[in-house]
Amino acid sequence: MKRLTAGITIALSVSVATWTAASDDIEAVLQNSFVAKNQATMDRLERDAVQTACSAPRGLPLDNQSLTTLREERLNAVVMPADRQYLGDWQRGAEVAGNGRGLQSSDDPTQPNGGNCYACHQLAPDEVAYGTLGPSLTGYGARGQSEAMLQYTWTKLWDTHAYNLCSHMPRFGAQGILTEQQLKDVMAYLLDPTSPVNQATE
Amino acid sequence: MKRRNLGFTLFAVWLCSAQLAANDGVFDQYRDLMGDDNPAVFVIDEGEELWFTPQGPESATLEACDLGLGPGVTAGTYVRFPRYFADTDAVMDLESRLVHCMTTIQGRDLETVTAKPYSLRGDFGTEIEALVTWLAAESEGATIAPEQTHAAERAMYTLGEEIFYYRAGPHDFSCATCHEQSDMRIRLQALPDLTSHAGAAEAWGSWPAYRISQGLVRTMGWRLRDCFRQQRWPELQMGSEASIALQTYMAVNAAGGIMTAPGLKR
Repeated sequence: MKRLTAGITIALSVSVATWTAASDDIEAVLQNSFVAKNQATMDRLERDAVQTACSAPRGLPLDNQSLTTLREERLNAVVMPADRQYLGDWQRGAEVAGNGRGLQSSDDPTQPNGGNCYACHQLAPDEVAYGTLGPSLTGYGARGQSEAMLQYTWTKLWDTHAYNLCSHMPRFGAQGILTEQQLKDVMAYLLDPTSPVNQATE
Repeated sequence: MKRRNLGFTLFAVWLCSAQLAANDGVFDQYRDLMGDDNPAVFVIDEGEELWFTPQGPESATLEACDLGLGPGVTAGTYVRFPRYFADTDAVMDLESRLVHCMTTIQGRDLETVTAKPYSLRGDFGTEIEALVTWLAAESEGATIAPEQTHAAERAMYTLGEEIFYYRAGPHDFSCATCHEQSDMRIRLQALPDLTSHAGAAEAWGSWPAYRISQGLVRTMGWRLRDCFRQQRWPELQMGSEASIALQTYMAVNAAGGIMTAPGLKR
C-alpha cells in the first residue's frame, strides 16, 4: 500500500512535469487500471525477475551476462520428482493437455488447473483443434525415454526459461500451475509409446 | 424430409472440411454467407435512439457532447479516438468520453453509469455498448486516423506499447504472447499480429462486433478486458489509463486502415 501511494505521488508529479515520463511509472498505471476479481488478485501484476527481464518491447534487452545468470538460476531451481518417477498416466495427461481452465477470475478454484497444451501445440494427430504458437509435438515419444530425455522434458515443463529464456510458454511447475502428478501425466502423454501423441496418422 | 437430410449432411460436410482447413478463411466464408445480415443493426438503432433521449437530472440528450469534432458531431469521430481533450486534460477513448458527457451534460452519477459498462452473457446490451456501436457505424468506411499531435497522445502510445509487452500473472502472459507474431492461432482461433499495421488495422477496424457465440455486441473495451481475464490478470477497468493506452497503441498501429465495424465474429 505504501508502495502504491508512493507510485501515485510520483505519477502525479511526473504528469505535471512532462508527459513523456508517464511510462516510467507503469506499475502505478496498472495498479490504478485493474481491480482484483475472485482469485485474480492484484499481486499478480507484480513481476518477478523473469517477467521483468522478458517484458522488453520488441525483443530481449542486450545485457547478455545478466540474462545468462538468470537462465542458470532457473535451471538450478528446477525441482525433479521426489521419487524420480517421471511418467504417469497418459490418459489423465490427455485431459490436462486439453483443459484450458484454471487460475482465471472466471474459473472455479476448487477444480484442477489445465495445462492447455493444445492452445499452442499440435499433439495427437487426430486432434485438429490445435494452436500454432508453439512447435508441433506430434510423435514426441520418438525421442525415447533415456534419463537425459526425461530430465530435459521435465525441465521444459517445469520452467521453460531454464533452457530458453523469455520463451512464451508458462512455467507449469515453477509457478504451481500444475501439480507434480499432473506433470507426470503430461510427461506420459508426450513420451508413452501407446499415447495418441505417438500414433502414426493413417 | 430426405432433401432436408441431404441439406443437413452437406452443411455438416462443409463444417467438417471447414474445421479441417483450420484457418480464418472458415469464418470469412461464414461471414460471406451472412452478407449484410449483421444483428448489430438493431444495436446501432438503439444507440442512435439513446443519443437523442433526454436522461439524468438535467434531462438532457447527448447532442451537446463533443466527441472531438465539435458538439453533436458524430460522423467520423470514432476513427479519431483515442484522443486528447482539453476540457478534461486527458487522453480519452470513446467509452470514457461518453461517460464524461453523461456525467457533465446529463448530470448523471459517475458510479451508476460506470457500474456495468459491459453486459454479461444472456443480458441485453448496455447503454455504453449501444452508443459505441452506433458511433462506430457513424465512422464505417472512414480511414482510421487517431490523433497523435498532443504530447499526451504520443506518451499514451509509448505507455500502451510498454503494457503490451508487460509479462505478469501465474502464466507470465503479456498481450505480446499471442499478438506479436503473424499467422498464428490458439486452437482454431486466428490471432491478429497487433504489432503490424495489417493485423492492427484488421482488429481495430472490426470492433465493436456482434459475437455470435454470445448473442451480443462487444466493444474493444470489453475485448481487452476479456483478454486480460484469459491472461489470468485482475480485471481491466473501462476508461482506465491502461485500457486507453492499449487502445492508442492498437489504433496508431492501425492508422490508414479502414473502419469496418460493427463486425461479425465467432
